[in-house]
Amino acid sequence: MTRVVLALTRRSLRGSLRRPQFLAPLVIFPMLFLAVNVGGLTETTSLEGFPAVRGFLDFQLAGALTQSLLISGVTTGIASALEIEGGFFDRLVASPIPRVAIVLGRLVATGLLAGVQVLFFLGLGLLFGAEIVGGVPGVLVVLAIGVLAGIGFGAIGQAIALRARNASTVQGIFPLVLVVLFVSSAFFPRALLSAPADSIARFNPLSYLADGLRDPIISTVSLAPVLEGFAAAAGIAAVAMALSVLALRGRLREA
Amino acid sequence: MSRMQLAVVAALVRRALNEITRVPGAAIPGVLAPTIFVVGLTSVFGQVDRLAGFGEVDFRTFVVPVGFLQAAGFTGAATGVNLARDIERGWFDRLLLCPAPRLTVLTGVVASAGLRCLLPVAFLFAVALATGVPFPGVDGLLVALLLVMGLASTLACFAVTLALRFRTQQAAPLMQMGAFAGVLFTPAYAPEELLAGWLEAIATVNPVTHVLAGVRQGFVGEVTWGDTWPAGLALAGMAVAFGAFAARGLRRYSS
Repeated sequence: MTRVVLALTRRSLRGSLRRPQFLAPLVIFPMLFLAVNVGGLTETTSLEGFPAVRGFLDFQLAGALTQSLLISGVTTGIASALEIEGGFFDRLVASPIPRVAIVLGRLVATGLLAGVQVLFFLGLGLLFGAEIVGGVPGVLVVLAIGVLAGIGFGAIGQAIALRARNASTVQGIFPLVLVVLFVSSAFFPRALLSAPADSIARFNPLSYLADGLRDPIISTVSLAPVLEGFAAAAGIAAVAMALSVLALRGRLREA
Repeated sequence: MSRMQLAVVAALVRRALNEITRVPGAAIPGVLAPTIFVVGLTSVFGQVDRLAGFGEVDFRTFVVPVGFLQAAGFTGAATGVNLARDIERGWFDRLLLCPAPRLTVLTGVVASAGLRCLLPVAFLFAVALATGVPFPGVDGLLVALLLVMGLASTLACFAVTLALRFRTQQAAPLMQMGAFAGVLFTPAYAPEELLAGWLEAIATVNPVTHVLAGVRQGFVGEVTWGDTWPAGLALAGMAVAFGAFAARGLRRYSS
């Protein structure tokens, strides 16, 4: 089982590196959005109710990271759908390997990619003057939450791909991803969101995820937001993987 | 332009518009995206208008014109992606066999963007009015629509240049990114005096800043000649430059 998962992980990573058009949106869109947000709204840290931060870039890094991880989930879904469209998935199913390895192989690759995304955005922040107040333990916390969340988003993408079986449908969820992200505290403090986004953000797991990623960047690691971040990431990952396995079973029944 | 050439342009525009009704699934994300963007931005950053510098204008009204320009950007990029698809499938090569001047074919392709962008703009405008954005006046709306249609065709020239160069839909992120950056590296989120120094410097030399001011004037105040002519001039300059690039791209493609 482990050998099969590792082989499929290697294949997924190689496939991603061979098609940079799938990797580019993971960094370019969030980077552009980060640049525009920071450049256009840099004065907002002076608003009453804004938490104490060194600068708006420090605050926005967690938002860019969450956005990047979400887009990574969409690209994982697209890659899975392309394998179904191309017939590779059916050949995998016909081979004598554990079915769950098919799901896990790509998710492990997505998790590894999520780790690279976390390090990339933290490095980018440091390069442009941000500071990770939580230090090395803070980086490790952000890395752990980010990888867990990345696996969760990847599993959501994979579950949709297994149900939809075509890449264009998976691509169509991209605007929805933006909507869910906007009604969270990923880009702005919850206390300063307008109605009804402020109420929705309270129930949106992405708020807790982003706050968990943000806390070690803007302050020393605090227990409550970090635990909430872990819980949100773990919850998303557990539910999404269950959905992914269910979708796989449904697909196998129909095959 | 002769009557025959006008007929070719009209046929190509009609073909592009037909896609909206024939493949609504592909058009819907482009129609919804600018509205999602504006509603999302307002929900997240709505309190930003408490900063001195915004005056009496609320944030939603301030960003609706940005949504208009985004609609132009998305439509322009979509025109390039559609051309790339036509190239991949061989349809564009068959089109070039017809006895019409190359520039007529190019005009037909980019003119469709000017009309197609009215769909997302109309949807966004209806949502904006329903959520309390004041009517910009007939003159303000007309100036805004003319500028947005012109920008959509201009950005279509940019996207078409890339499509003719790369000849694959995989260049789509480049087209979208160019349009996205052009529109957002302006005083999109806040007046110029509130921008970070580096963004203010870019916005000052970005011609889209003048187009945005021309589209925005009716929403945030009165329509004046002083805001209108720089917008028209900037748009004309961009249209000539990108039009020349597209024409050169078509010449190279044909040869």
